Amino acid sequence: MAKAVVLGSLLSVGLAGALVALAAQAAGGSYVVPGSQAATLDSCVEQTDFMRRNHMEVIKHQRDETVHNGIRSTKHSLAGCVECHASGDPAGGVVPVDRKGQFCQACHAFAAVGMNCFDCHATVPSQGEQGQGSPSRSPLAASPRGAGVAFTGQRSGEGYPQ
Amino acid sequence: MTEARDTIDRNRRAFLGAAAGLAVAPGVLLHTVAGAAPRSAPVTSDVRWGLLIDTAKCADGCTACVTACDEENGLNLQVKPEGQSEAKWAQQRSVWIRKAKLQDNQTGRITNLPLMCQHCERPPCVDVCPTGASFKRADGIVMVDRHTCIGCRYCMMACPYKARSFIHEKVTAQLTRAPRGKGCVESCNLCVHRRDNGQESTACVDACAREGHQAILFGDLKDPASHISQMLTAIASRQIREDLALNTGVRYSNI
Repeated sequence: MAKAVVLGSLLSVGLAGALVALAAQAAGGSYVVPGSQAATLDSCVEQTDFMRRNHMEVIKHQRDETVHNGIRSTKHSLAGCVECHASGDPAGGVVPVDRKGQFCQACHAFAAVGMNCFDCHATVPSQGEQGQGSPSRSPLAASPRGAGVAFTGQRSGEGYPQ
Repeated sequence: MTEARDTIDRNRRAFLGAAAGLAVAPGVLLHTVAGAAPRSAPVTSDVRWGLLIDTAKCADGCTACVTACDEENGLNLQVKPEGQSEAKWAQQRSVWIRKAKLQDNQTGRITNLPLMCQHCERPPCVDVCPTGASFKRADGIVMVDRHTCIGCRYCMMACPYKARSFIHEKVTAQLTRAPRGKGCVESCNLCVHRRDNGQESTACVDACAREGHQAILFGDLKDPASHISQMLTAIASRQIREDLALNTGVRYSNI
C-alpha cells in the first residue's frame, strides 16, 4: 500500500514535471514574433490561454457574423489577427503570417494542425487598404471617399420595389 | 373569420409601423453621426441596395467601371497560370463586370452597358446552391459565403446573366477586404465592404462619375426619398430578362 502511494506520488511528480517542461517549451517559446504589434501587448483580444485553445472557434463565429450580417466592428476578426501578429522584415516590408517561423505557421506546425484560412485570406495587414473594418485603425478617416454617409433619409419599407 | 383576422393584422401592422418609426429615427441619427464606422448591428431588410444604369450615358469603349472594380476587389491581382493560353485565360479569369454591346439588327442601334450580378430578389443561384453558400443578405445583396462554397458551380449554370466566375487556380495575392481562393465561385457583391463600413457608393459608380459619364446610380431601392428611387419613378427603366420575374436590383434605362 505504502509502495503504491510512493509510486503514485512519484508518477504524479513526474507527470507534473513533464507538463511543466511542455508548458515551458510553449510559453518560453511563445510563438509571438518579436517586432509584431502583439509582442508589445500583455495579452491577445482575450486571455492568452483562452485564445490558445479557442481562437478557431472565435474567428469561425465571427466569420459568419461578418459574411451574413455584415458586422465588422468586433475585435475577433481574422484581419485583426494578421494585423497584430505580422512582423516587419529588414527590407521594410511585412512578413506574411503563414510563412515558416511566423506566428500562425509556427504554432500550427508545432500542433500539427492544418491551416486553411490563408488559402483565401490575405496574410499581410491591409496597410491602409480602403474599406477595412478593423476597430483598431481608422483608414476611412484618411480616405477621400470615407466621409460618406450611407444611411440617410426616412425608411418606410414600402418603396419600389420590395 | 378571415376578415376578422385581416382587421387584427392591419391594426397590428399600423402599431408596429409606428413603433418602428420611433425606433428607426434615433437609429438613422446614430448612423449619420457614426458616419464611416464599421457596422456593429446586423444588416436588415429596411434597405435594399440596387443600381440604375443609364445605357445612353454608357460610352462605347470605356471600361472605367470594370477597371475600378478590378482594383477594388483585387481582381487585378489574378495571375495567369503558367502555360495557359491568353485566350483561355481571358475566358477563365474572374470578372465581376462585363461590358456588353447590343445591336438591334433591324435598326442598327447600338447600346453599351455594364453587366454584373443583378442582385435578384428571387435569385436562381440561391435556389440551386446545395450548401447554402450562395445567399441573399438581408439588404438585398446576393453573394457567396466562400466558407461553405464547395465549388460545384451549379449557381454559374443557373445564373441567366453569366455573372459568376470560378477561381480555378491557387491564389497567392489577396486584398484583406476581398478574400479569394481556389475552388470557390464569386461575383459582384455591390462592394459589400463599403456597405459595412458606411461608405456612400460602389467603386464602379465612383469611376463612372470620375469619367464624367455618371451612367450608374447606386442607392436604396426601398427608400422613396433616395435619388435612385426618384429616378426610377421619373424615368422608364427595365430589368434584363424581366420575363424571368426575378425582380432584379440592377435596373437599366434606355434599352
